[in-house]
Amino acid sequence: MTDLTTKTIAELREGLGKREFSAVEVTDAYLQRAESAAALNAYVRLTPEKAKAQAELSDQRIADAEARPLEGIPLGIKDLFCTEGIETNAASHILDGFVPPYESTVSANLLADGAVFLGKLNLDEFAMGSSNETSYYGPVINPWRREGEDTKLTPGGSSGGSSAAVAARLCAGATATDTGGSIRQPASLTGTVGIKPTYGRCSRWGIVAFASSLDQAGPIARDVRDAAILLTSMAGHDPKDSTSIDRPVPDYEKALEGGVKGLKIGIPKEYRLDGMNAEIDAIWQKGADLLKAQGAEIVEVSLPLTKYALPVYYIVAPAEASSNLARYDGVKYGLRVHDDNIDEMYSKTRAAGFGKEVQRRLMIGTYVLSAGYYDAYYLRAQRVRKKIADEMAKVFEEVDLLLTPSSPSAAFGLGEKSSDPLEMYLNDVFTVTANLAGVPGISVPAGLDAQGLPLGLQLIAPAFGEETMLRGAAALEEAIGFDAQPTEWWK
Amino acid sequence: MSENRNLLRGETGDWEVVVGLEVHAQVLSVTKLFSGASAAYGAGPNENVSLVDAAMPGMLPVLNKYCVEQAIKTGLGLNAKVNTWSRFDRKNYFYPDLPQGYQISQYKDPIVGEGEIEVELDADRTIKVGIERLHLEQDAGKSIHDLSPKESYVDLNRSGVALMEIVSKPELRSAEEAAAYFSKLRTILRYLGTCDGNMDQGSMRADVNVSVCRAGNYEKFRETGDFSYLGTRTETKNINSIRFVRQVVDYEARRQIQVLESGGEIDQETRLFNVKTGETRTMRSKEDAHDYRYFPDPDLLPLTFSEEFVEEIRARLPELPDAKKHRFMEEYGLSGYDAAVLVADKDKADYFEKVAKGRDGKLASSWVTTELFGLLNKEGREITDSPISAEQLGSLIDLIQDKTISGKIAKQIFELMLDEDAGKDPKDIVEERGLKQVTDTGALEAAADKIIAANPEQVAKVKDKPKALGWFVGQVMKETGGKANPQAVNEILKKKLGVE
Repeated sequence: MTDLTTKTIAELREGLGKREFSAVEVTDAYLQRAESAAALNAYVRLTPEKAKAQAELSDQRIADAEARPLEGIPLGIKDLFCTEGIETNAASHILDGFVPPYESTVSANLLADGAVFLGKLNLDEFAMGSSNETSYYGPVINPWRREGEDTKLTPGGSSGGSSAAVAARLCAGATATDTGGSIRQPASLTGTVGIKPTYGRCSRWGIVAFASSLDQAGPIARDVRDAAILLTSMAGHDPKDSTSIDRPVPDYEKALEGGVKGLKIGIPKEYRLDGMNAEIDAIWQKGADLLKAQGAEIVEVSLPLTKYALPVYYIVAPAEASSNLARYDGVKYGLRVHDDNIDEMYSKTRAAGFGKEVQRRLMIGTYVLSAGYYDAYYLRAQRVRKKIADEMAKVFEEVDLLLTPSSPSAAFGLGEKSSDPLEMYLNDVFTVTANLAGVPGISVPAGLDAQGLPLGLQLIAPAFGEETMLRGAAALEEAIGFDAQPTEWWK
Repeated sequence: MSENRNLLRGETGDWEVVVGLEVHAQVLSVTKLFSGASAAYGAGPNENVSLVDAAMPGMLPVLNKYCVEQAIKTGLGLNAKVNTWSRFDRKNYFYPDLPQGYQISQYKDPIVGEGEIEVELDADRTIKVGIERLHLEQDAGKSIHDLSPKESYVDLNRSGVALMEIVSKPELRSAEEAAAYFSKLRTILRYLGTCDGNMDQGSMRADVNVSVCRAGNYEKFRETGDFSYLGTRTETKNINSIRFVRQVVDYEARRQIQVLESGGEIDQETRLFNVKTGETRTMRSKEDAHDYRYFPDPDLLPLTFSEEFVEEIRARLPELPDAKKHRFMEEYGLSGYDAAVLVADKDKADYFEKVAKGRDGKLASSWVTTELFGLLNKEGREITDSPISAEQLGSLIDLIQDKTISGKIAKQIFELMLDEDAGKDPKDIVEERGLKQVTDTGALEAAADKIIAANPEQVAKVKDKPKALGWFVGQVMKETGGKANPQAVNEILKKKLGVE
């Protein structure tokens, strides 16, 4: 029997429907593979009993001809999504022992469509990080290695568990979240496909909040089709999230066939950074050429405010986080470091419970909202954010999509950047703009660099332009024909 | 000029007091401002708490439309500008009974802007008080410190309940005005049905801002808008009775004058009121004031609605106290004072109107305000708990109006309805007890003849002193057990005794 974990979600769906194999067999194959990949540290928690029970139910439904769109498809869930009855920590010590009595809307949507959950995936603490090194549970290791080296590389962050698990085939697909690039950058670093949908497309209800005005859930999958299948199930209006948008969800899989003929695709010149990695530049050019060869019109466009995106992001996101994370105070749930004095209890709990990067961002956020600094930082950042969004909307009057690199470098070694927060923050340079503007972006594998590491390209679309974006992504994927796999050194 | 009335005499000259009130009024609503949990008072600890109220990870607020309507309604009732675009902000601070670590409130863009209400001080004096703003916000939970010597407990039932914070302009000039304003505000909210006004349950409480300045400076402030003419203010928190508002203003004004006159300075600080001593004391000085780091709540979109929505609500507004007062004066011929007394409490006004409808308004007012309110006061009961229903009292007045009984018998029946004839229709009481007024002249003449015959010396007297006729009337009334119609008796006696 072939290794069931080599199949895509679309292939599993077909095989399960034809009863070539059972959901239990698929789930067992993934659980086995995940259990033997402890070295990657992708999962913080496997839930085999639940997974098997769900798979059995899926087989029953398939037998009863009542299969749902994701019947029996084994997924990994980023541990930022609250899962009913399953411990959820957001990779933070401060949420020790927290078991939500509720299921996040996005994961509930997947369950309602028949998905099987294998377990919870590792991430940067509270999704704050670009290398997965801020996790209380230790970093995730990228399944990819530089050719001839055994240096441990980052799978990106914050959805490093999701990207590594998909790349190493420890699940058929994964949920992830993206606040400044946390889906697209890890996808780029692991040769996987990641979608950050339009803000409001997926409900934020039940996802541990980082920065409310930027957070958006999306899938990481092996190919564009799988990502489209997952997004169709995850998306939708949720009355429990006031920022979710009431708009019908199309079948995104149907959007893949269109091709790029007649599409106008913009290359924003400001994304060509000084001292940019030549390989990335080359792959970007190659992507543009391939799209052109398929009939797209490639034009250079200008987004002069791009350089302000990162500074704006690192004011807005920490500001919101400083308030969102105030609830972790040791009073109600999670960690409490006892003290007879309430203020001391707060200080000790938060000092022990939050890691360094989270503390840094909470302090930045508190600072920029403080009396006397609010106008100079937060208010000004919000104004610039509005201008960035306007500029983005304007460029989409000219073009249908933007093509950019997904990340400024391939996977880097653990510890290489973690001592310099500013260098780490630069990882988001190509991705944050989409978050600030609320528009969707997708990262598609575009090739390997000279060291054999994957690199991704990003397509950005106007708000609710996911279907056009997927058309472009499918065309790009097909033209590139990326089929490299990491060697399975971890087994 | 009227301001002289409010001058306070100090050792070194005259002072004026300036007061502004921030009133927190709990919105009358079945559920909370941002969650579906019940907002009812009196449940067991933590029984009315949703995942949102407890600030579980990933929980999001969803605005309660009804609370928004209630705030708009209140804004209209305060003759204020309703803002069709407003926004919710987070007010950040740590406290165990504040589960989110922030309170969702409205900071820069409140739902209701400036307004003005009329406040009656007494029968002759009415003042106008400006409203600065009204905004919606969440209440916090309750910390309980007296259940254990070492630990505190938290009850989150109130957490997330909708409050309206109604801020007055600094236009109240005495303890009396502050108390009257607070009371009038309560009346308006109860009329609107947007707050139950139950102060003992914490549904309405005031933060009282008090400052003093030299006589004449307030006028300069009004002319220029320059706050430096006013003194430094203190804010005394959580005052939950009209009487306490008065005490706080009196105490603070005296204290501040004393401090200033002995060369001291007033600190801009938050103070607490001790209900036992009637004094205030420092709770938090300005240096310890929080930096709340307000910013727009990214979980909520700006609150927008159309002018039509506001107009729909305006069309459904109930009659408000001032309009009702004027209508009572016109429709029932009441004096301004009597009408004001009746409309001060909507339940009382409703009761009165049930009694007065289609009857003599003045007679009804007299029975309601004198007899019934007297009784309720004596027994410490609310109008809603009246032992005599409006229907019963109305029926009693009918009997007086159609001369079935005299006023005196009516009082007797009133007493009976409180006791052995409780719940009965006065008509039946009259029947059962044979209290019907005797207007049968034959019977009355017989009684008069009997009295005249038995009292020749009184008859002689009445010829010279017509005023003595009253004695005969009394005797005839006595003879008929009080049921005689006094006018008829009077007429008969005059004729028989030849008195003019």
